[in-house]
Amino acid sequence: MAMIERFANPNRFLTLTRPLVPWLGGLTLLSLGAGLYLGLFQAPADYQQGESVRIMYVHVPAAWMAMFCYTSMAISAAVGLIWKHPLADVAGKATAPVGAVFTFLALATGSLWGKPMWGTWWVWDARLTSMLILFFLYIGYMALSNAFDNPQRGAKAAAILALVGFINVPIIKFSVDWWNTLHQPASVIRMDGPSIHPSMLWPLLLMAIGYTLFYLWVLIIRMDADVTAGKIRALRQRRVHG
Amino acid sequence: MNTISSFLDMGGYAAFVWPSFGLSAVLLIGIFVISVRTLKANHATLDALNNEAERASPSEGPAQGET
Repeated sequence: MAMIERFANPNRFLTLTRPLVPWLGGLTLLSLGAGLYLGLFQAPADYQQGESVRIMYVHVPAAWMAMFCYTSMAISAAVGLIWKHPLADVAGKATAPVGAVFTFLALATGSLWGKPMWGTWWVWDARLTSMLILFFLYIGYMALSNAFDNPQRGAKAAAILALVGFINVPIIKFSVDWWNTLHQPASVIRMDGPSIHPSMLWPLLLMAIGYTLFYLWVLIIRMDADVTAGKIRALRQRRVHG
Repeated sequence: MNTISSFLDMGGYAAFVWPSFGLSAVLLIGIFVISVRTLKANHATLDALNNEAERASPSEGPAQGET
């Protein structure tokens, strides 16, 4: 809790996080560069899926990030609702569009992978449908948080949606075990360890690290922009009310 | 030359592999650019408001927490 309180002042938070921006940018580009090099040039083709397996290096990290961003958003929502932390709503609002982009990418690249492997762009099975619901939850969160004149009311309504919608995250994760599906089961995050060969696992992990760093990079930039927008609003209101 | 074209062909899956990578690059770069532009525009607006306030009443100074 002490750690959370230390960051309660938006100005202190920005003073501490702004110097991280160039570092996060550099590390993001380094991880993604290494991941792309290994994934496109060094990793072997799959014995069944051939070269189409390379879609995995952009599809799987996007799907992981879609769930990771939603989990961050739900945690921010809980912190905002329970402790009224001033930065929690800012973090949730800054995360939503990035999470929506990752979810859209997981759906689109999954579709591009599904067509040659399954013979169809889309099926209404549990994994794909729950992922589509996640995308709509992100859209709903963004719509709600901007639907009120008073930003705090919007943030509260959006936070409640984020918390209720969190039930979808474990459903996505376990959908491939609970229901019959065309989608393959987990091959990296498993109780008995990854079942994927290191030559494919390393580029996948580097891409996942790169996507995570990218999220943190953009998160700080977007939070800075939102805190600044809040200052502009306050200044204008002060001027209107004399 | 042959190696490049066989690499680009992606074993016959080029029409699926390259759009996946291309779309990922476009959307991630897109949200990054939008975020940076919004940040710069907000900083510029806040600076302009603070400068106006300073001109109007030099004794008050800029708003607390200026960028």
